[in-house]
Order: sequence, then C-alpha cells, then structure tokens
Amino acid sequence: MSKILNVQNLRKTYSSGNNELTILHGISFEVLQGEVFSIVGPSGSGKTTLLGLCAGLDQSNSGTIELCGTNLSNLTEDQRAQLRNRKTGFVFQDFQLLPTLTAVENVAVPLELQGNKNASKKAKILLGKVGLGDRVHHYPSQLSGGEQQRVAVARAFCNDPEILFADEPTGNLDEETGEKITKLLFDLNKELGTTLVIVTHDLELAKKSDRILRLKGGRILETELS
Amino acid sequence: MRENNKNSSQFNWLLKMAWRDGKASATKLSLFIASIVLGIAAVVSIQSFGENLRDNIALQSKSLMGADYIIGSDKPMNDRVTAIIDSLGGADSREISFSSMALFPKNGKTKLMDIRGISGGFPFYGKIETEINSDHDFEGKHAALVDATTMLQLGISEGDSIKFGEVTLPVMARLKSIPGSSSLFSSIAPPVIVPLSAVEESGLIQTGSRIDYKYYFKSTKNEDMDQLDKKLDPILDAEDADLDTHKSTSERLGRRYENFGRFLNLVAFVALLLGCIGIASSIHIYIKGKLRSVAVLKCLGASRKQTFLIYLIQIAIIGFLGGIAGTGLGLILQQTFPLILADLLPIEVQITFVPGAIVMGIILGLVMSILFALYSLIGTFYVSPLQTLRVQENESGTSRKAGLITLLLIFLFIFGFSYWLLQDWQHSLSFVGGVIITFGILAGASRLFIFLIKRFFPKNAGFIARQSLLNLFRPNNQTLILVLAIGLGTFLMSTLYFTRDMLLAEASLDQQANSPNLILLDVQTEQAKDVAQTVKNQNLPVLENIPIVTMRVAELKGRSSQELKNDSTSTINGWILNHEFRTTYRDSLISSEELISGEWIPTYNGSEIVPISVSEDFSKDAEVTTGDTINFNVQGVIMQTEVASIRKVDWSRMQLNFSIVFPQGILEDAPQFRILTTKAYAEGDSAELQQKLVSQFPNISVIDLRQVLSVLEDILGKIGWLINFMAFFSIITGVIVLIGAVRTSKYQRIKESVLLRTLGAKGKQIYKIVALEYLYLGLLGSLTGILLSLLSTSLLAWFLFESIFVPSLIPFLIILPAISILVLLIGLSNSVAVVKSPPLQILRKQAM
Repeated sequence: MSKILNVQNLRKTYSSGNNELTILHGISFEVLQGEVFSIVGPSGSGKTTLLGLCAGLDQSNSGTIELCGTNLSNLTEDQRAQLRNRKTGFVFQDFQLLPTLTAVENVAVPLELQGNKNASKKAKILLGKVGLGDRVHHYPSQLSGGEQQRVAVARAFCNDPEILFADEPTGNLDEETGEKITKLLFDLNKELGTTLVIVTHDLELAKKSDRILRLKGGRILETELS
Repeated sequence: MRENNKNSSQFNWLLKMAWRDGKASATKLSLFIASIVLGIAAVVSIQSFGENLRDNIALQSKSLMGADYIIGSDKPMNDRVTAIIDSLGGADSREISFSSMALFPKNGKTKLMDIRGISGGFPFYGKIETEINSDHDFEGKHAALVDATTMLQLGISEGDSIKFGEVTLPVMARLKSIPGSSSLFSSIAPPVIVPLSAVEESGLIQTGSRIDYKYYFKSTKNEDMDQLDKKLDPILDAEDADLDTHKSTSERLGRRYENFGRFLNLVAFVALLLGCIGIASSIHIYIKGKLRSVAVLKCLGASRKQTFLIYLIQIAIIGFLGGIAGTGLGLILQQTFPLILADLLPIEVQITFVPGAIVMGIILGLVMSILFALYSLIGTFYVSPLQTLRVQENESGTSRKAGLITLLLIFLFIFGFSYWLLQDWQHSLSFVGGVIITFGILAGASRLFIFLIKRFFPKNAGFIARQSLLNLFRPNNQTLILVLAIGLGTFLMSTLYFTRDMLLAEASLDQQANSPNLILLDVQTEQAKDVAQTVKNQNLPVLENIPIVTMRVAELKGRSSQELKNDSTSTINGWILNHEFRTTYRDSLISSEELISGEWIPTYNGSEIVPISVSEDFSKDAEVTTGDTINFNVQGVIMQTEVASIRKVDWSRMQLNFSIVFPQGILEDAPQFRILTTKAYAEGDSAELQQKLVSQFPNISVIDLRQVLSVLEDILGKIGWLINFMAFFSIITGVIVLIGAVRTSKYQRIKESVLLRTLGAKGKQIYKIVALEYLYLGLLGSLTGILLSLLSTSLLAWFLFESIFVPSLIPFLIILPAISILVLLIGLSNSVAVVKSPPLQILRKQAM
C-alpha cells in the first residue's frame, strides 16, 4: 500500500509574549492508504496542532508534510485550499456547520466549490445514508448535536475524499450517540475506501483503528498497532 | 469556452452562497438597509427638487420677467439710452415704480406699497393673476390692482379706493401675482398695479425718491439674447442703465436658489454619511460573526477570494436595494417640498422625476455600502482555516495598509461627492475638513469618556452601577458609534436652533432697546421741520434726523470709473463703480461703528480735499485704504475726497448704517433729503402717525420695523423648518444606526445577560444595567453634540453674522433630555426579549 500522508521532522512553535513555545518537536510518521490511524494523547500534547498541519490548515516551522503525493510546504494558501477540497474531508468536535445554510446546503458545499452540478442530489443521498433523509431542509439550530454531527459526516464524505481528518468526532456527544457516529464513520470508511485520521481522547475509539500514535509533550511516545 | 463556463458557474455559486447566507441573516441586514435608505432619500429628494427648480426657472424665465428683455435704470433715461431704445424699435411697454405709503380712505388705514405704474400691455408672457379671474384692464378703467393679502389684512374690497400722492384710484381687483414681483419683497412692500399716467399725476416723482424706470421689450423673431446682452450691456452700463434678458435673469435667480439647494444637499449628505457610519459599524460586527463560517468554508476548500466575494456580493446587493428604496422614498419626499417652500420660491414648481438623481441615488447606495464595508470585508482575507480547530480570539484582522487605503478611498469619495455638489474644490476641502473635525471631536469625546471611566472607576459601587459602566468599554462595545450617531444628529439640530435664535434675538433686541422702530424715508429738506413737528405732535420722539446725499464714484485713485469698468484686469468690485451711494455727514461715530484705521475727522476744515470715512467692506471692494483719493459725482458736481478713516460697521443691526460718511461742514448745501426715525411703543400710535404723515406728506415712505421683524421671523421660520426637516433625517438615521448598534450589541451581550439570568439575576436588575448604560451614552452623545454646536454657532456668529452669540438654554433643557430618553428607550426595548424569555430559548435562537 502507498503512503497517503508522510510527515518528516515536523516542528511547530508559537510565540507567547517574549517566549517561544514549542508544540511539536521533530515528529515523523506515515499513514498508508485505506488505513484507520488514531492520534491520542493528553490535553496540550499537540494532537490538534498536528492534525491542523497534516491537513494543510497551518504551516510548520520546519520539516515536511506530503499529503496525497503533494508537498504542502510548496503550496500557497489557496492551493492548499484546493487540495483540501479535492482530496480531504473533515469532521470536527463542534461540528462546524454553517449556521445560515440548511443540512443539504451544508453537505453540498465541497462539491459546489468544485462546480459539480449534481452536488445537491449527492448531498441528499448522503443525508439519507446517515439517516437524515427527512431533515434535509433543517437549519443546524433545528437539529440535535448528534444530528448535526451526522450532517458533518455526510459533508466529509460528499467529495469522495482520499483522506478524512476527524478531530475528537465524539467529543461533544453522549456515549450512545458517540457510538452511533463512530459506527457511521467506520462503515462509510469501509464502504468508500477512505483513509481515516482520528484525533481523540477516547481510547475505546482509538482501539478500533489500525494503528495508534501516542503523543506527549509534543513528542511521539510510541506508534503501535491496535 | 470551458473556462468561461467554469467562471460563470463559480459566480453563480458565489451568488447562491450570498443569497443563502443573506436570507438567514435577513433581520440583521434589514437595519443596514434602513440606515442607507434614509440617507439616500435625503440626498435624492433635495437633488431632484433642486433640478426641478432650476429647470422650472429656466422654462418659465419669460413669464418670470414678463418680457424678453428689459432696459432699466434708477433715473430717467438720458438721450443716449433713449436713442438705443429707439434703435431697438421702441419699447413695447413702460413702467415706473417706487415704494410709497398708500392710504385707503375707506378706513383711513395706510401701508408701505410698491407702486408699479405700467403702460402698454405688460406682461407679454405669464399673466396678471387676480382672485376670481376678474377684469384686468386697469389702464382702460384707470384703476388699481391691489395685493390680495393686503386687501384682506386692511379690510378693503373691490370698489373701494386707494390714494398715493395726489392720486386716488378705485380698486378693481385683488392681485395674486404679476411677473417681476418678488415674493420676499412683497412681504414688506406689497405690489399695487396702476396705469402709468396715475404715477405721473401722483406728484411723487421728485428728488430723493427711489424710482425705477423700466422699458419692456418683446422680441419679434428668434433674437439671440446672449448676443444682445453682450452688445448692449456695456454701453448701457456706462449710462447707468442695465439690460436684463429673460435668460440672464433666470440664470441669476437659478444660481441664488442653487446655493441654498447646495447647502441643503450638504445637510442631506451628512445624514447619508451618518448612515454610512452605521453601516460600517454594523457590517464590522456582522462580518465578525461570520468569521467562523469563513474559516469553515476555507477549510472545505474555498479560496480567500471566494469567501471575500460571497460577502462583498451580499453587501453590494444590500447597497443596491437600499439605493433603490432610498431613491423611491426620496422621490416621494420630493413631492412635498413645493408645499413647504411655496412662499419662498419665485415660481410654481412642476415636480418631475429627474433621471440623473435617480441613477445617482442607486449608485450612491451601492458605492457607499461597499466602501464603508470594505475595511471589515478585507478582514475575511486574513481568517485562517485553523480557526475551525482552535478559536484564536486575538488573530490579527485587517492589515494596516489595507485599512489606510480604505480610509483614503472613503475620503476621496466624500471629497469627490462634495465637489460634485459644490463645484468648488476649496469649499469641498473645507467640508471634508469640517466632517473630519466634527467626527474627530465626537470620537475624541467618547475616548476621553472611556479613559475617565477606566481611570476613576468606582470600584466600590454596587453591582448594577459597575456592570453598566463596564459595558461602555468591554470588547465590542458600541460607545464610539453611538456617541458619533447621537452627537452628530444633536449637533445639527442645536446648531440650527442656536443660529435661528441668535438672528431673531438680535432683531428683537434692537426692538426692545431704546432704538427706533419707525423709519421715515424720502423726507425732503424743506419738509424736515414740519415732519418732525408732526411726529412730536403725536407725543413721539424724533430719535434721528439723518441727512442723505446721493452720489456716484467718478474716480478712484486717479482712474476714472469708466476706465476702470473697461479694464478687464481690474479686480475692483462692480457695485462700487455702478452704485448710487446714499451718504451722510456727521461729527461722531454711532453705536454700530468702530474705527479700525486712520483718524475720524468730525468737521471739514476747508481744505481742497475732503477727508471722508469709509466702511471696511467698501475699502475692501474698492481696494482703497487711508490716504487714497476718491472723486465723487455729487449730482453733477465733482468732489475730491481722501479716505481719512476706515470703520467696521455692524450691518446686522437694525440701524441706518452708511458705507461713506462725510464730516460736517461740506455737504450741508448739496441737494439732499432726510431720514427721520422715531419709536412708537403701541401699534395704534404707529398707525395713527402713518395716517397723519400720508395725508400731510404723501411723498414720505414709512417702514415699520415691527412688520419687518415679523416678516424676518416668518422667513427664518420657513427656512428653519426646512433645515430642521433635513436635520430630522440625520436624527432618524441616527436613531436607526442606534437601533442597529443596540441590536448588534445585543447579540454580543446576550450570552452574558442570559448567564446572569441563569445565575438568578432579576429582570429588574438587567433592565437597570441596560437603562443606565444607554442613559450614559445618550447623555454623552447629546451633550457633546450641543457643546459642539455652541462652538460652531460662536464661529458662525464671529465670522458670518459678526454678532455676539448668547446661547439659550432650550437645547440643554429640551433636546438633551429628549434624545437621552429616546436612546434609553431603544436600549430597553431591545432587552425585553432577554428578560421575558427562558434563557435556553434565547441561546438557541441566537445560534442562528
């Protein structure tokens, strides 16, 4: 299997007043195509920063990231946006739906950005798959937390991404709903053959993945097979 | 082809996103539209009406004048002018007019009237309008047409008679209007139309009388008026006569009203600017609320340009719709102006839609919305998609450079628009400067207020007091924008109030003091003694007995006036060379005068050159200073004089002031007439004296300053009404900006209020916090506005009206509390939802 994500010697610092705060110290790892990969670690260990960098949402201070065969450091912000639009999907802890768009409009956005004329049709099919076929015209504020996250999952798969990044996807949900979302995520992953990178606190969720990367204080503790 | 399709589908998507997002934010956006609608309405209504007025004046130019052209003079035409008139084929109609006291024998009442003796069928254009379309043949019937209002006031009916000088004529109809009578002057001396022969029979045409001679011409073919003007005016000018064509008259009139229109336009523009500030502030908060969505869109693959364009399109559509709605409202308002201004306008204005103003209104809405939203919109460029994972509160917004460029664009636009309105770059620059200073002072006041609160924060005060003060400088506070909006509206209103008050107070002060209120004009020297006796017989004092000698400038600093008139490089003001000066002689200065240079010479010592005193205005316009020589033509005799002193004259005082004053001992024997003044305390005394004077001395005109004052009050009232009407726009726009600001701040603070509710705060406590906060804002805004208006009115008093300004307390007692309470009520009304609904319901609603 080929590498879909290749991270080498990644370093990220933030300045805080006069001090420089190093969040990630020379991280290196690889994710293979079709794999389910979890990043775990305590609060402040740098998980979310790492995810942001891998997905091209931020820029590192040094090191390289190759996502779907493209070196991110050579790209402008708009080129990275285009790469995200074509190759990646996202699921966030706090759903991040656009409040002024209905469920179907939210799901269709990534395809509409590509100029796809069947965006709405495909969005409705996906909403049907996540069990929200009858709520397509509801606004986020008219949906429960679990329903909002299901819309977010549908949106994440709408553009047939090669890799899907999920940041604490069950973090804001109760146990039962969380389990339903996890099942949905894994089922769609299996069905569509997408690579899944999950950042989580939830060890039960991490155990369901193929490999786990443990972070502490911005350094890799270990990479293990689950 | 494929690229084009892709671009068009991208644009369609941007439109779709702008629509979807805007639809869900309709309530928030409606306030933006409202703030621009009123500003645009004000500008469009004034602009359209101004255009209508100008077009109507041009269209009705012939009927305004009643003829194609007029040759006029204030003395009988000499041979040269008569020859010119003959060469033009002779006048078609003649008029001799003057102001004189008229007596109505029916009840003995008298009034100063503008007697117009006409022969030959004037007017050729327009018509004499009388009530109930009665007979107009005043020439054939040897009768008079008398101003309708005067007849009503004095209880005169058709068939009664009117007497002026030696002539008594029957009144045949009530005159409503006639070409050539200005409505403003008519308030002081209403017109009476009589046959020309009656004027000649009256015996009132004598030395010292102010008489106008007019020859009316009807052009037979398509004569070029400009050419005629160019050819004849300089020749006639040299003979102390004038040529006025219907074109030049309408242009002059148009310009006069245009200036007034421009002033109103600026007031309207200020209202629009206020609306724009509201837009800038509301969009700033609106876009701030959208930054999270921008980050999500970027995370999903939207480019910076795409996210920017989504909101730019949204704002442009709002501006466009606001422009259309504002223009529509402006056109409705335009219909009401003729009703408000009827008495101030020279003609009846036909309202038509002005395409230029309509296009301007729509474009203005679009451009100003985009311009004032640009700074916030640029902020979307700098939003990182990382915000989806981690909210960074202090992420830097717009770059400094982008901010400065936007600000520069805004000022360039304001300057450009003012230039378009004023057609003078210096005035436009002053206007932009004035706007910056006013806004700067208001912004400075609000910053100072915040600084003082922080510096002297009452740490030991109760929770409610502390919380309400804290709200004034917490993040996303509305203090600056509210103080600007409230301050500017109050500033305009109270400046107008103070100015109007100042002008009226000055006029009535002169009335109250021991100054004259009856002025007797055209008293011949030989009548002076008897007239004074008549006044005394009525137990009234003769306060002044002023000699008047008329003369013209013959030579100025050694150059003849004709030479100066012909010199195209001369910058000496034309009136100096053309005007017939009414001068006086006396040995001392009067209360309205102040010596600013040279020496006051009380008595002539017999030297060859006579030392005279000139007013500051005269010295500026004639470009003379002390020591310069002026030769006057005193009714045929040339008199050599030298400027011995220059006086500053307060022309605004209702007193008889003079540009040129001679010393005693030189003009006593020159042909002259006199002006006597007296003071009648009761209206009855005044009427009785006027009746006596008219019957004994028919040539004397009496001006009753009380009437003039009431006319002035009336005019100021009407102009003030209109200006207040425009200021009202600013206030209403201010209120909308205020509602918008309060509403947006509500979204900012709702979580906190709900949290307070959740923690058990009573509705009353939340109301109190909000009430106090808005009371501070209302008081600060309106107080700063009033203080600023004190400054501006003082400057106006100093530079424009040259008088002393004593502020009245009314703005402090009425405008200040009224506006503060209004602000408070708006603030409270927005908190009702927080207090009355369960906390969770509100939080859920706000998530939209």
